[in-house]
Amino acid sequence: MLHLALVGNPNCGKTALFNLLTGARQKVANYAGVTVERKEGSFTTAAGRSVRLLDLPGTYSLDAASPDEIITRDVCLGTVPGEPRPDVIVCVADATNLRLHLRFVLELKRLGRPMILALNMMDAARRRGIVIDVPALERRLGIPVVETVAVQRHGADALRARLDTAVAPASAPPADLDLHAEVRSLLDAAVTMPNRTAATDEALDRVLVHPVFGLAILAVVMFLIFQAVFSWAEPLMDGIEVAFGALGEWIGPALESMPLLQSLVVDGIIAGIGGVLVFLPQILILFLFILALEESGYLPRAAFLLDRLMLKVGLTGRSFIPLLSSFACAIPGIMATRSIQDPRDRLTTIMIAPLMTCSARLPVYTLLIAAFIPERTVAGAFNLQGIVLFSLYVGGIVSALAVAWVIKRLRKDKSEHALLMELPSYRIPHPRDLAIGLWERAMIFVKRVGGIILALTVILWFLSTFPAPPEGATEPAIDYSFAGRLGHALHAVFAPIGFNWQICIALVPGLAAREVAVASLATVYALGGNEDGLQAVVANEWTLATALSLLIWYVFAPMCLSTLATVRRETNSWRQVWIMTGYLFGLAYLASFITYRIALAWS
Amino acid sequence: MRLSELSRGASAVVRSIEPVSATDAVARRLRDLGFVDGEPVRIVGQGPFGGDPLLVQVGYTRFALRRAEAARVIVEGTP
Repeated sequence: MLHLALVGNPNCGKTALFNLLTGARQKVANYAGVTVERKEGSFTTAAGRSVRLLDLPGTYSLDAASPDEIITRDVCLGTVPGEPRPDVIVCVADATNLRLHLRFVLELKRLGRPMILALNMMDAARRRGIVIDVPALERRLGIPVVETVAVQRHGADALRARLDTAVAPASAPPADLDLHAEVRSLLDAAVTMPNRTAATDEALDRVLVHPVFGLAILAVVMFLIFQAVFSWAEPLMDGIEVAFGALGEWIGPALESMPLLQSLVVDGIIAGIGGVLVFLPQILILFLFILALEESGYLPRAAFLLDRLMLKVGLTGRSFIPLLSSFACAIPGIMATRSIQDPRDRLTTIMIAPLMTCSARLPVYTLLIAAFIPERTVAGAFNLQGIVLFSLYVGGIVSALAVAWVIKRLRKDKSEHALLMELPSYRIPHPRDLAIGLWERAMIFVKRVGGIILALTVILWFLSTFPAPPEGATEPAIDYSFAGRLGHALHAVFAPIGFNWQICIALVPGLAAREVAVASLATVYALGGNEDGLQAVVANEWTLATALSLLIWYVFAPMCLSTLATVRRETNSWRQVWIMTGYLFGLAYLASFITYRIALAWS
Repeated sequence: MRLSELSRGASAVVRSIEPVSATDAVARRLRDLGFVDGEPVRIVGQGPFGGDPLLVQVGYTRFALRRAEAARVIVEGTP
């Protein structure tokens, strides 16, 4: 077993090379005690040797500035507990950007470990007329150099073949060597560059980071993403719901003789699994766009455009990507904050991520808006229901910015936050990398969140089924159950903001995942999960003030245990979880209270 | 002059990095990224709000630097 580590600058195409070598044989986990993602895969060499490959986080220097850079350095040094020191370090460099990447190669040589240099993106280099004299480079560096093209099927064959011959430890360059000067002399000796930048990058950047056109394009891109997330996901979600409904009807009669088991399987387990999977379309569509924008090199430009605005409220341009992801689900969003190097910026971004309107809130919003907001056209072109939905989104964003601003004011540490962000060359994303990225995101959601949603659906089924109503009961069965009693108890707390006891009951399972609240309401109103009937019931039985109050509640409420679990894992601190829960709960209660009172006064 | 004082589209050559303190991590990182004596730089663009951050081309690479970061880079204008 040969242990390899892939190391390189950010944007050297390392992950694409990793995907090409290992395909879908990847394991993603975390390093013990830190929140850095650990990606491992395996493959066999041409001669049949099995290789274990570690994809280390991209870093510019061993002079580490962030947790993921520290991991990269320590794994190379072999000082991470439980991680074997890699037998060979494969240093990946972008052949079109050797001025920057070769410096890190020289720095790695100082470790004195066996090393191979993989000149990646050789296809792009050839297209730009860059000529690299590989034998000369190999001689000067004193380590094997292979060419790779991560976007071609056989693009890693040379690297695979080279692994079958022993690799000698690299000779460390003298400690006083000026690495930059050495890189220049290497480039003079072995590389011909017709021009400094690719013509396409020049042309695209002239438009895409233009102060006016750039912002306009960014707005259009965001708008199109949201349109797609809603319009494409709709039929898929309906399909999943129909399929699980049919599954329940098909399995139900087989369990006719055991009504309790039948109820558990149909109303608990099948409904629960359906409730998990119904989210995947939106999450996958959103991430398809985010990954494509990231791979293509556009997202850092978006971060560049928005950096000043984000900085004003105490964030950074880099916060843009995690916050955008949070619109699908705060869980991948919070995980995406790993790319923010400054720990303070990272924490602030995590704290406000739940205020981005995630897709789990949509069923609640859709139900209430359809029931209470008349379908009217305003100002000749706008649908009133759409305006309300949009306002809820904007409300979340505005309060997130306000909270970030407050966190910035409260923070004692006023030292500088650096941006220093590379804007990589534009690339056409490779379908394989998108597919693997999507698969990882889907697995994270299904494993981390799915389990919780499913477990809670079953627990809720139990709470709302037992104890059974007494003989001759007149109210819906749930009224006599544990859930009913709990709801009535919570009612005292939520009455001032206009919630009736049915809502209070639905809030309990809603802690599992916000969207479960709608299904629970249907249960409370004894509709047997018929959510279409629910709209009519709600429209008849609730006041407008109650509905608005609940809408506002969902803008703020920390109604998602999975998110809190993610925060615990990412910050390694229960304190942050409690702070987040407390401030969101407080904001939600206050905002709902104000909304309810104003709406009452008006109606 | 400083990199932050260059106007849009201007080219210059880096002379040195001026750290703001003895333990200036930003200055160290700027050196690692290639802002070293003799390296040509160019201001490719500026952010839409208040001309911040700067989009700087150094060597073959483009970086977004806030003005405070760019102010650490001492450059010499090319006549």
